[in-house]
Amino acid sequence: MLVDVAAADYLGWPGNDERVAGYIGTHDGRDLNNPGTGGLERLPEPKPKRFSVSYHLVRLRAGAARVRVQVWVDEGEHVPSVVDVWPAADWHEREAWDLMGIPFDGHPNLRRILMEDDWEGHPLRKDYPIGGEPVRFSGEE
Amino acid sequence: MAIAPERPRIYEGTRIPAPIPTVLQVPDDVRASGDVLQVNFGPNHPSTHGVLRLIVDLSGEEVVGLSAVIGYLHTGFEKSMEQKTWWKAITYPERIDYVGYQNNELVFVLAIEKLLGCVPPPKAQWMRMLLCELNRIHSHLVFLGTSALELGAISMFWYCFRERDLVLDLSELVTGARMHTRYFQAGGLAEDIPRGFYPECRKFCDWMPHAIDDYESLLSRNEIWLERTKGVGLLSADDAIALGQTGPNLRASGVDWDLRKVEPYLAYDEVDFRVPVYHGGDVYDRYKVRVDEMRESTRIISQCLDRLEEMEGEPWIVDDRKYVLPPRHELQTSMESLIHHFKIVTEGYRVPEGEVYATLEGPRGEYGCYVVSDGGPKPWRVKFRAPSFAALEATATCMTNSYVADLIAIVGSLDAVMGDTDR
Repeated sequence: MLVDVAAADYLGWPGNDERVAGYIGTHDGRDLNNPGTGGLERLPEPKPKRFSVSYHLVRLRAGAARVRVQVWVDEGEHVPSVVDVWPAADWHEREAWDLMGIPFDGHPNLRRILMEDDWEGHPLRKDYPIGGEPVRFSGEE
Repeated sequence: MAIAPERPRIYEGTRIPAPIPTVLQVPDDVRASGDVLQVNFGPNHPSTHGVLRLIVDLSGEEVVGLSAVIGYLHTGFEKSMEQKTWWKAITYPERIDYVGYQNNELVFVLAIEKLLGCVPPPKAQWMRMLLCELNRIHSHLVFLGTSALELGAISMFWYCFRERDLVLDLSELVTGARMHTRYFQAGGLAEDIPRGFYPECRKFCDWMPHAIDDYESLLSRNEIWLERTKGVGLLSADDAIALGQTGPNLRASGVDWDLRKVEPYLAYDEVDFRVPVYHGGDVYDRYKVRVDEMRESTRIISQCLDRLEEMEGEPWIVDDRKYVLPPRHELQTSMESLIHHFKIVTEGYRVPEGEVYATLEGPRGEYGCYVVSDGGPKPWRVKFRAPSFAALEATATCMTNSYVADLIAIVGSLDAVMGDTDR
């Protein structure tokens, strides 16, 4: 049984030297809200590509191990859809497309699911800023 | 726990719509007849259990097409949690599934503990179990009250919310908050269990079976209730598995799968309880599973109380100053405690690099939390496996060959919480 599809963005992951983006979504210089990111004791393993998509699988039998299958993709690369194998992947893949911008080939209905249809950008990407979107009826619109 | 061999077939073959598994498409011949009316339910409809929007194609009263639109309650919790330190992020999961708050909080805390490699003391384990079962009762009461209300049984709502209030009172007694308690810390509990909680909770355990008898006497042989729920919203075991259903929805389809039994966490392997499984796969069986689970949860709570009373005076949190706040009184006398306190509060504790998937059996099924840490004080990525999200994927399959009035019963029976679905 497919339990979950989880996508992650490793842009700016410490150790991926060529991709270090500094503090994501914050200004240069001292960051009071982010005091701990300065001196990591140990640099994490570099990641092979920017995005990972993790499929969490479980077999409905006591004692069976859970399996995580991980696919790595870079910007612009596609992942084949698994909807034919597990119908449950339908919404999970739509969510990964919507929030992380990972396209799935062969998905029958790859549209945005959580954000509005005309939303721009993919909010869970690390280069997507926090704040900055217009707030309705705030006077700044 | 294999699928029971004597399982009767709920229907032949599969009913999952093709090509899109979550969208019921109007057949061409029905479309050609020209007698199809498209109706929009929600997102603000009193019977859709929150901001769920359903676009329904009707031929007469029969539902011939259906697609669900979600996302109206999307709040970006996962993005926000990336900006918070680990210990501050614990407040978020409770607000994601705001009905199964305690379980959702626990799954995130379990993920942190898995990365930290820490094992909470037994008292914390048993108390967590007790609170999670109380929360399961709370969640099932909300399900029962609201779904019965949607089918016209308004008195059920008052009865269920009467007992729900008792659960919230207990919650307030222990944690100081009625909902969204933030009582679980990485390493144990935030505070010791207050004196006076045990007798109050015992009173609740004594009362609850009578209350459940009341509910069953109101519904289980109620002609209207049976007409509206029996044989409605069928979901076979194979389809349920294919659609990633978990929890009561899966067990109502005849699959004996409960993570408390098959992958015991906390101390679930030390308590005696039964996993109710029904084989009808309809709305009625989903209701029966939940009612039976409330009885089992009450039994688990009694057993937890027995054990907890023996543990009076034991620690409720591990004594590791790297990620547990020092006791308040030490701050006045100990320099080291003050430093540790300052470090945790300002900077947050660091969690070793890694990625884990923690899981538990919540009231709505498998609550999962996939967490990536880069070794810093904030989570790199948090992804919740929302059981409501998966449950709503089955809406189209359950709605095959149904009438529009069944829609309300079916959506209610899947017990989706929109906060959980949309995160």
